[in-house]
Amino acid sequence: MDQHAFLLEMNHIHKEFPGVKALDDVTLKVRPGTVHALMGENGAGKSTLMKCLFGIYRPDAGEIVLNKEQVTMSSSKDALAHGISMIHQELHPVPFRNVMENIWLGRFPVKRIGPFPFVDEKKMLSDTEKLFADLGMDLNPHAVVRDLSVSKVQSLEIAKAVSYQSKVIIMDEPTSSLTGNEVEQLFAIIRELKSRGVAIIYISHKMEEILRIADDVTIMRDGKLIGTWRATELTTDLIISRMVGRDLTQRFPSRSNTPREPILKVEGLTSPFPQSFQHVAFELRKGEILGIGGLVGAQRTELIEALFGLRAVSAGKVLINGKEVRIKSPKDAKKYKMALLTEERRVTGIIPVLSILENTVIANLSSYQTPFLLLNERKCRADVSRSIEMLRVKTPSMKALIKNLSGGNQQKVLLARWLLTDPDILLLDEPTRGVDVGAKYEIYTIIAELASQGKGIIMISSEMPELLGMSDRIMVMCEGRLSGFLSGPAATEEEIMRLATKHLA
Amino acid sequence: MSHLSAKQVQGFVTQNAIYIVLVLLIAGIAIYDPNFLSITTLRDILMQSSTRAIIALGAAFVLITGGTDLSAGRVVGLTAVISASMLQSQDYPRRFFPDLPDLPLLIPILIAIAAGLLVGLINGIIVSRFSVPPFIATLGMMVIVYGFNSIYFDMEPNQSQPIAGLRSDFNQLGTGYIGPSGPYSIPYIVIIAIMVAFIVWVIFNKTRLGKNMYAIGGNMQAATVSGINVAFNLMIIYAIAGALYGLGGVLEAARTGGATNNYGNMYELDAIAACVVGGVSTSGGIGTVPGVLAGVLIFGVINYGLTFIGVNPYWQLIIKGLIIVAAVAFDIRKYLAKK
Repeated sequence: MDQHAFLLEMNHIHKEFPGVKALDDVTLKVRPGTVHALMGENGAGKSTLMKCLFGIYRPDAGEIVLNKEQVTMSSSKDALAHGISMIHQELHPVPFRNVMENIWLGRFPVKRIGPFPFVDEKKMLSDTEKLFADLGMDLNPHAVVRDLSVSKVQSLEIAKAVSYQSKVIIMDEPTSSLTGNEVEQLFAIIRELKSRGVAIIYISHKMEEILRIADDVTIMRDGKLIGTWRATELTTDLIISRMVGRDLTQRFPSRSNTPREPILKVEGLTSPFPQSFQHVAFELRKGEILGIGGLVGAQRTELIEALFGLRAVSAGKVLINGKEVRIKSPKDAKKYKMALLTEERRVTGIIPVLSILENTVIANLSSYQTPFLLLNERKCRADVSRSIEMLRVKTPSMKALIKNLSGGNQQKVLLARWLLTDPDILLLDEPTRGVDVGAKYEIYTIIAELASQGKGIIMISSEMPELLGMSDRIMVMCEGRLSGFLSGPAATEEEIMRLATKHLA
Repeated sequence: MSHLSAKQVQGFVTQNAIYIVLVLLIAGIAIYDPNFLSITTLRDILMQSSTRAIIALGAAFVLITGGTDLSAGRVVGLTAVISASMLQSQDYPRRFFPDLPDLPLLIPILIAIAAGLLVGLINGIIVSRFSVPPFIATLGMMVIVYGFNSIYFDMEPNQSQPIAGLRSDFNQLGTGYIGPSGPYSIPYIVIIAIMVAFIVWVIFNKTRLGKNMYAIGGNMQAATVSGINVAFNLMIIYAIAGALYGLGGVLEAARTGGATNNYGNMYELDAIAACVVGGVSTSGGIGTVPGVLAGVLIFGVINYGLTFIGVNPYWQLIIKGLIIVAAVAFDIRKYLAKK
């Protein structure tokens, strides 16, 4: 490629976090007027690289060259001033403010009355309306963001990123919660931007999207650059094998579990909130791994949190071993031998300031209590040390603080926490989110092992390969409703996707 | 209008709970003693609430960013002492500065407000540049400010004597009024409080600073990635809050005709209580000027009204405490409904 043709170059970027080399000599070169896909598994370093470009992180070494000029991004403000905008993977709306304020945040139009600058609401409104009209979006500028659906919030973020009139737009999973029509709309917007010479850095896990829209593809793995190719030179299989670094067949352990008699039966489970899960019915067998697929907003997390007694239920029945049960709190759920690994490990899983030991025994303290209300520390330590060994948690000592472990090892500790309660039913919500590739495989192995011991496992996953590779059956949800079941080994990504978008307008 | 659904009524009550409580409170006291409903009562309550409103509005700035400010009360004390020390009449025998000539009224007032602003600015710097949690930063500042104020107050020749004998023009600022004397007069401090409330309302709703404040409190990351200079905005906001406490302190001195280093003690808690009762969220991003004013007035009505009908002052404390907790428990329902 011609050296002078690049709009943006990130050369030899290094970034280290305590204990992790997040970026190791990564180079990214983007041509103007193109869509440049950035691919890699979770934890490959794509988002870190983009955060370096957008001034959220500062690289330890390396240079950023924009329009042949070396620049430093010390804040998002800098990045925006240099003509770089970003659609963030984690959506960042201000919940209690309206749509137009969210869009023009940080650059409200101003009119002066005497010496005093006031926000020009009229101009803001007309600018917003014009922006939405240009993009063909149907959003009410006055709507309070908290009341919008996830897909509307994502549209808002797209409009916001476009409104900066940037030369480079980073789109980190921009379609994660968009419907089919909205994706087409986004692609039309992208084509329009391309024709104006804007470069788009596009992060997505959806292969067919990438192959449709991307001009160039850069693939990363474990913080390192694997290479950059023209999209026309690539196929889904090629991309995946370069992302994973080994063949697809090796991504998941072979499983020897056989589903047996039903252990959990759910009938017509309905949330009191109409936008949440409605009339969900399914069955889980002993020794079965039931995957739950769907888009963001499908209410999968809400469903299993309701099963675990964390959320309200207005109708429906739950039967365990054929007997109807009422689970009103996690305490009840534990009594019925259920365990829940939550989606947001850092927020609702680990207790960061406590040690591995304390994090492991926290759900099971009653079994260590001696008659004088003291805890039997020796038994605690023995159990934890056995768990650490069994689950292969990599740590110098069980006294180490859990916050210093990698994501994968934290997840293993949380699994250990629940395994100590000897559950029959495990609810796993995105069990490998934010876990590096190696540790993923180990977690899959643990899940498969638990299933072959006869435990019933429900696994929510947004990663298609994981759903397909690990599930005996896949249940797909859309907008709170059940849209169908697929056989795990026989299903395809397309079938899951079709069911995941079944009820979308 | 005749077919209001239960849901609409419930919605209206939840959204306007604070104002309904205020009306019910007044109605309740008035039923007990109809004499309560008079212009004199209204005037007295407004007068007593004026400085508190100004201080509470200052606290609201900080609370809406998701912070808190424990230094408010001690800043009130500091600025009351500073302004009073420079505004004693020439014929008072124990003057703080025996040889100080009569300054134009505005100068000592501005010096005092500037002192409040400086303290606020330092709070803002500690919070935003050194990432000290606001609770801790302003707790430290609260103690430091009291220390400095006490040293100043203990200087020769004052030696911790209450500062009294204030100039009549200064005193007028706190006790004077417009219009005919009697119940229909409008006190200056009420006018000042209304003006301040209006300006704060404009800042909250019509300026970039105000909108940034809501965004920072609502989702700090969103503000950061939208290119807002969060640290700078926080500094300005804490400084404005400090200046408002400063104005509050000046008016407290003018209203009471004196000052000691213990002025303003615990006012920060009253201010925070008025804010939360008025619907300001302590986790940030939510709060309005009318809400804060209603919160201040609720406490004004309780203080005045319960004394008026002869409720034991200790019971008054218990009632106030219950109102704070109940108001927030009720208000939070607006936002919790998701689960």
